[in-house]
Amino acid sequence: MSSRDYILGRIRWSLGRGAMEREDDLSLVERLSQPKANLIPKRGSGTPKQQISLFVKMAKEVNATVSRLKSLDGVPRAVAKYLKDNDLGTAIRIAPHPDLENLDWSKLQTSFGPSAGDDLNGLVMAFAGVAETGSLALTSGAQSPTTLNFLPDNHIVVLKADDLVGDYEAVYARLRRESNSADFMPRALNWVAGPSRTADIEQTLLLGAHGPRKLHILLVEDDGPEG
Amino acid sequence: MKLNAHNFKENAKKALKDDDLQASLQKLGTGFPLKRLAAMDRLPEFEDLRDQARDIKDHTLRHLDFYLEQFESRVVETGGKVHWARDIKDGRKIVYEICEAVGAKTVTKGKSMIGEEMAINEYLEEKGLIPIETDLGEYIIQLRNEPPSHIIAPAIHLRKSHVEEAFRKTHTELPKDRNLDAPEDLLVEARTMLRKKFIAADVGITGANFMVAETGSTVIVTNEGNGDLTQTLPRVHIVLCSIEKVVPTLEDCTTLLRVLARSATGQEQSVYTTFSTGPRGETDPDGPDEFHVVILDNGRSRMLGHDTHDMLRCIRCSACINHCPVYQSVGGHAYGSIYPGPMGSVLTPALHGLEKSCDLPNASTMCGKCEEVCPVRIPIPKMLRSWRKKQWEDGPVPTLQRLAMNWWAWWALRPKLYHKVAGWKMRIMGFMGRKSGHIKALPIKNGWTENRDFPAPEGKTFQQRWSEKGGRRT
Repeated sequence: MSSRDYILGRIRWSLGRGAMEREDDLSLVERLSQPKANLIPKRGSGTPKQQISLFVKMAKEVNATVSRLKSLDGVPRAVAKYLKDNDLGTAIRIAPHPDLENLDWSKLQTSFGPSAGDDLNGLVMAFAGVAETGSLALTSGAQSPTTLNFLPDNHIVVLKADDLVGDYEAVYARLRRESNSADFMPRALNWVAGPSRTADIEQTLLLGAHGPRKLHILLVEDDGPEG
Repeated sequence: MKLNAHNFKENAKKALKDDDLQASLQKLGTGFPLKRLAAMDRLPEFEDLRDQARDIKDHTLRHLDFYLEQFESRVVETGGKVHWARDIKDGRKIVYEICEAVGAKTVTKGKSMIGEEMAINEYLEEKGLIPIETDLGEYIIQLRNEPPSHIIAPAIHLRKSHVEEAFRKTHTELPKDRNLDAPEDLLVEARTMLRKKFIAADVGITGANFMVAETGSTVIVTNEGNGDLTQTLPRVHIVLCSIEKVVPTLEDCTTLLRVLARSATGQEQSVYTTFSTGPRGETDPDGPDEFHVVILDNGRSRMLGHDTHDMLRCIRCSACINHCPVYQSVGGHAYGSIYPGPMGSVLTPALHGLEKSCDLPNASTMCGKCEEVCPVRIPIPKMLRSWRKKQWEDGPVPTLQRLAMNWWAWWALRPKLYHKVAGWKMRIMGFMGRKSGHIKALPIKNGWTENRDFPAPEGKTFQQRWSEKGGRRT
């Protein structure tokens, strides 16, 4: 007998039944094909303005820093300022996302693509942000290499306010809606709340464990061109 | 690791005299529990979420075969492979064969309790591979050749000086006179040393907090980012998990995640929560070429429908461990098992047999704190009692203890006599402690008075005082 059949057989035996009865089976299939949200904490619901301020508050609590911009065009300048203020040089590795590629990067030394581990700074585009906990949803794909989220010391993420939602469930709903297939999950969905940390030495909290030492969020509230 | 769960009493005695350990444990008692309380206070829905978390796990366990098969077919559809392992022997062989097929030399590892259960590092080393733990705590104890002493904070028993010593002994290529006084220095050194290993590794092994049947995803939560580097950089990603980790949908997983980090460290959410689904696709610029999920049973299917069924709800948050007065006094190693603390005392006899772990169900004061803080409301004391009962019925109880219990039962079954004799006893003990309010030494109970004084009774039994007050509370 294969291990698979052995284990599944043991499970059925322990539960005191044979293979699932058909009727029951159908209700389970439905539970999977039409997923329903469970209890969603109230704190994330609110007007877009309230969600933005909750997101910023929660993100800062977990040691992220946040700059608010009026348009995507302002991203290169905000990145340059952040690098200068923190003395991080002028080189940056950027995700090959159309929104980022088409900006005017003339003031910085930029390159686009995944990281091989020797980049000090990385810039990516967030798929979404969640007000409930100030977390970012980063999805892997041609336009967003996962390595950029973990290898560079300084992780800069652009989040459009339009992509900011109250709770995680809204992000899953959007992933399903946009893909419209059973294979809607990207290879990696990274939820990120703050820069990496550890408390493994005498329970002392230290930032910058194996992942980024800093997380900076550029929140773009698209009210038209920057003026 | 090798099971050493029948030596709890000996181990506990040593632990109580270990000053370094006691200093580390003192911090634990106020650290995680207070942070958990603060996180709960911020989320008014927390108690309702616990109910739902419990119900989701209960539902899944009732239909475990269905959800595991669904999970398997979704993993296959997204390009991954599922391997079923009956026991740890099976599991190790599967992992090694995957490594061998790709000619792997070094293997990086994220933290995994299933990995500990399989003792996968020792096995891979035997086979000539080099496994490297990448979670800072796990890395430290790997260098010291020790098992973890806590399921989410594996090096919690150690002081900074132990870490420095381990690093100086291992990182011999670094200058001898380097300064490692501050915890930050130690972290920077570990980060630098491990960064090279992450990039050079052929295979990355991680655990899984959850498997999602709807999507075929496996989920890990970490704070360091080591799990993500482990699974993103090598050509092959192997996920080690066990049958009870499956949940139906992303929504269900999210409900469990909402109670997990809050119960564990008091964080609203761990820094990194990663859903991994299949290997890299054609357009993906990075990620592993192969995605393998090893699903371990190792005795769990036997727990279903039996006394310890509810233990399979456990999401390994460690709240029961952090709040346990016994764990806080003796630390994790004293238990001599892979899983320490209350959850381990229920799980270990179920996985390895009661005869090999007979001390564990007794390593509890039955204060009930574990059940009170459990995010999925596992009745841990009830299950400890059921192990004790089984122990009583099936044999492994020392003769003296058996005699003593029978003797006590004889008295307890004769309440009038019992109350009379208890009344005499209280008077005598009250007299013994009349000056200080304490008794320094007691015959037979010297195990108790060895480490602390016995509070002296005030001369009357509870029953006597109760009837004097006419059965009223005040």
